Amino acid sequence: MEKWENNKAWFLVLPVFVIVAFSAIIPLMTVVNYSLQDIWGPGQSVFVGTEWFEEMLANKRLHDALWRQFLFSGLVLLIEMPLGILLALAMPKRGWKASASLVIIALPLLIPWNTIGTIWIIFTRPDIGLFGAAVNKFVAFDHTARPLDAWITLMLMEVWHWTPLVTLLAYAGLRAIPEVYYQAAKIDGASAWSTFWYIQLPKMRGVLTIAFLLRFMDSFLIYAEPFVLTGGGPGNSTTFLSIYLVKIALLQFDLGPGGAFSLIYFVIVLLFSFVFYQALQRVGQGEKV
Amino acid sequence: MKVKKKTIGFAIYLILLMIPIYWMLNMSLRSNADILASFALYPKGITFKNYLKIFSDSSWYMGYVNSMIYVTMNTVISLSVALPAAYAFSRYRFLGDKHMFFWLLTNRMAPAAVFALPFFQLYSTIGLMDTHIAVALAHCLFNVPLAVWILEGFMSGVPREIDETAFIDGYGFPRFFITIFIPMIRAGVGVTAFFCFMFSWVELLLARTLTVTEAKPIGAIMTRTISATGLDYGLLAAAGMLTIVPGAMVIWFVRNHMAKGFALGRV
Repeated sequence: MEKWENNKAWFLVLPVFVIVAFSAIIPLMTVVNYSLQDIWGPGQSVFVGTEWFEEMLANKRLHDALWRQFLFSGLVLLIEMPLGILLALAMPKRGWKASASLVIIALPLLIPWNTIGTIWIIFTRPDIGLFGAAVNKFVAFDHTARPLDAWITLMLMEVWHWTPLVTLLAYAGLRAIPEVYYQAAKIDGASAWSTFWYIQLPKMRGVLTIAFLLRFMDSFLIYAEPFVLTGGGPGNSTTFLSIYLVKIALLQFDLGPGGAFSLIYFVIVLLFSFVFYQALQRVGQGEKV
Repeated sequence: MKVKKKTIGFAIYLILLMIPIYWMLNMSLRSNADILASFALYPKGITFKNYLKIFSDSSWYMGYVNSMIYVTMNTVISLSVALPAAYAFSRYRFLGDKHMFFWLLTNRMAPAAVFALPFFQLYSTIGLMDTHIAVALAHCLFNVPLAVWILEGFMSGVPREIDETAFIDGYGFPRFFITIFIPMIRAGVGVTAFFCFMFSWVELLLARTLTVTEAKPIGAIMTRTISATGLDYGLLAAAGMLTIVPGAMVIWFVRNHMAKGFALGRV
């Protein structure tokens, strides 16, 4: 869509800028401050330049956590995006069934993250948990002992918890497509697949871009659920970046390396989000027939 | 036949989704000792002790009140600043628009653990510690960008001819925006309101950092169930069940806005 050129539009954006910048800029600068200093007490610090950054970039355990994180986020996106879209397409469109489905689907999103982890601890216990007990009837399964089981459990929890976000966004995007488009497709005798590919998918581009970016960012920054459920174990097999960051920054109370780590972390998320965003924009342009 | 398969698949998904929630309900109706002692597909001796404890102890139920207050504040603030901004992004080209739009989202990308400390310092300095508005404002950091992005998507789906027609018909911007434009994207407003509510409701790190007693969120109170004997899982599950209720109500209220979509040609 061709947009109007008008710099006065800034006035509409200004409140947003002020309210976000208020909470964004000072904390960010403070973390930059941490990352360049060695701090060993209130008011006792010395400037160390890029030392922490070099140390963090060379940190082997950080690299391991990073690869684990990429694998985790990749799997999350591969499973949740298609599943979420499929579910949105399969959802009832009107009546009490649509309302009931909406409410039920939203339920997992509404539980505080640490509680989700705690409930899943019991849920997956082989002796007293429904999931653990049921699976152990067939194969030995214990997420506290075997890395693969820990991953499967985490992925299940993650998919259970967050697919609804993709579904809700996709569903709302579908509902926003005017009926005339479907009528036109019907007249043209379009199949369900081509209706999806040429009408629904391009029209959902906006909401799906958001869903994709949100799922990427939030899964890349995931902390509470794996921390509560597996504590990063067994061994280090589920120590994702955030869990390792908290180990460095808060448990050892090392603000310098923690700050440097945070900034590197931030830049990685930023970079990937930017690439994804550009790519998704491009894809959308190509599909506009 | 094809339609049926779709419906069955969807129904199976809903059932799978309900299983962990059923388990939480099951746990919430049992005592902690009972939960840890044996496996039970359904609670044998149902006890409402966990729920009674939450409703009778003000340190518990005030957690819900506190969370409700700051989450509502946050949703109202986020929507009211994001609506005009999203309109600007969807309709106008202006200096730095693309950078600004992406910058907004970058505020969701920082790992929260280390950033919590500067937040604490910032809000202590301006004297807002332990107030609801502090948490509401802090949550704006990630909710306002989200609201702008979601709303922009919906607004871009509305043909610009509608704006042009309205302006030709003599509508001023505020009147057009409130009486014509917002009703047209009410699906988007509904979804956005729900997501703002949801993310503010479940976020704990900042909420816990910025509160001491007066505005402590329910999620932080729940972690107090850790005692010498370990977690009280029954109490925690009951509290968890109750944390679902307000959000479920919100989505119930916005369901029609989500389901109806918008009717073209209102002008």
